[in-house]
Amino acid sequence: MESTYNLLANFAQTGGLLYFMAIFAGVVIYAVWPGNKERFDDAAQIPLREDD
Amino acid sequence: MSERRARYLSLEEGGFALLLAATAFLCLIIAGKTFDQVLAFHASLISLAAAVGTFFIFRRYFDGDTMPIPQEVDGKPNYNMAPVEFAAWASVFWGIAGFLVGLIIALQLAYPALNLDLPWTHFGRMRPLHTSAVIFAFGGNVLLATSMYVVQRTCRARMPGRILPWFVVLGYNLFIVVAGTGYLLGVTHGKEYAEPEWYADYLLTVVWVFYLLLFLGTLWKRKEPHIYVANWFYLAFIVTIAVLHVFNNMALPISMYSSKSYIVWAGVQDAMVQWWYGHNAVGFFLTAGFLAIMYYFIPKRADRPVYSYRLSIVHFWALIFIYIWAGPHHLHYTSLPQWASTLGMTFSIILWMPSWGGMINGLMTLSGAWDKLRTDPVLRMMVVSVAFYGMSTFEGPVMSIRAVNSLSHYTDWTIGHVHAGALGWVGYISFGALYCLIPWLYNKKDVYSLRLVDWHFWVSTLGIVLYICAMWVSGIMQGLMWRAYDSLGFLEYSFIETVDAMHPFYVMRALGGGLFLLGALIMVYNLYMTARHGESAEAVAAQPDGRLAAAE
Repeated sequence: MESTYNLLANFAQTGGLLYFMAIFAGVVIYAVWPGNKERFDDAAQIPLREDD
Repeated sequence: MSERRARYLSLEEGGFALLLAATAFLCLIIAGKTFDQVLAFHASLISLAAAVGTFFIFRRYFDGDTMPIPQEVDGKPNYNMAPVEFAAWASVFWGIAGFLVGLIIALQLAYPALNLDLPWTHFGRMRPLHTSAVIFAFGGNVLLATSMYVVQRTCRARMPGRILPWFVVLGYNLFIVVAGTGYLLGVTHGKEYAEPEWYADYLLTVVWVFYLLLFLGTLWKRKEPHIYVANWFYLAFIVTIAVLHVFNNMALPISMYSSKSYIVWAGVQDAMVQWWYGHNAVGFFLTAGFLAIMYYFIPKRADRPVYSYRLSIVHFWALIFIYIWAGPHHLHYTSLPQWASTLGMTFSIILWMPSWGGMINGLMTLSGAWDKLRTDPVLRMMVVSVAFYGMSTFEGPVMSIRAVNSLSHYTDWTIGHVHAGALGWVGYISFGALYCLIPWLYNKKDVYSLRLVDWHFWVSTLGIVLYICAMWVSGIMQGLMWRAYDSLGFLEYSFIETVDAMHPFYVMRALGGGLFLLGALIMVYNLYMTARHGESAEAVAAQPDGRLAAAE
């Protein structure tokens, strides 16, 4: 019982760490990727240019 | 398009008519068979509302509202703004009601005789009425109004459906009425911020699922290829609240004819689920939803794009991934395992990063246009709101640290913290959004009087400062008095001595709340005059207005 708990807790903690770091790294890379710059600059203008 | 009577009853109309008619009959049966008076009242109310809804669906159909709705008029999207208008005014109404009840209970704490010795006006029943009225009725309607407005305009598409948007808006407000009257009549789950009983919870679940479908449907119809960041925040808010609401309200009624139910979770699990819900009601209802308002209305009012769209993407993903774990910090020093409480505390501290990232993004949107703060009180209100957001998201993680929490928990410090966020952040960003939205909806140049906005701003800011300062002092004093021992190891103060010591601060707090209410009343007058007598926008085509005023 105790060892199963430890095993699962270890897995969850290490897995959680890796999972969160991977997602965070992915998001940051996606956000700062030079190829996306134009798209994001354009998207930022959406509220200002609607129908006018 | 085509000739009259060209359209059969659509699947949407028929479906909603069937759903409402079935609800009306079911509730009628419950109302007839129950011995529970409150349930009988609520079932009658829901039955009546559903029957009236069915009637209106058919009346609308037979009255010749049979043409398909044009998706575009003169090459511009034919936005559906009537439900937005309704939700905006509903939020104004519920806001005043909620602030007023808050003032009453603040006075009750200072002068207990104001409980009136009646069950219905007792603090214990009025307090959930206040919290639900301000969070779900005021805040919820602001979110409904702004989300429907923003998603349509940033997608350049009309919301889908004839009945669906009205079902969502009216159904939500019916839930508010059922929940609020239930509290006063003594029907409650006893779960903080989730007090409504099982049947009100079912009602909200159905409405919420349709709200999600409405939002997704509008995104689906979008002409704009990119989904603007505000819509991401709205979507996170809708989806997460659905999940939280369902899990936290998994209760079994003792019978279909009783308003009483029991939760399926037991003991500490129930506490954990409750605060997983409770903290994320803050994180996703009062933060993610209102951040969406920030990301649309501040750029719009300042007339410049958001400071960094890249930061907004990192802000979004970081915020939603981290917030969901912070709940256990409400349960320090309880039977919750220590690791869970540490986990909650750790994630609360990590939350500093996305919170401040978002705050910087909102504030820096004004870089190069700071002078507008001097001339535009609406923008000032929204910027101060973001500053309050930064302040309360700094304070929150500090309070989640176990050592600090041992002093702050169960004291007025918590109340002060919550109101810094609620009055400062949520209140001000909502007022700012309403000051923008009402002129847009009525095709007016601007609000009726910017001077009155200025008055609103200063009166209510004074109110907030009084409120939170009084609660900080009162809360820390209370915490210190509780833990004071004399040289022999006995408690220094009896409980009633701490209550007595807090009296002056309670009076100050009520004064602050009164000023905040006064400011909101100034806003009501101003918004009413805007809709009625505001100066029309001259160039209709250039106005960010969804309605077809030019065609009238």
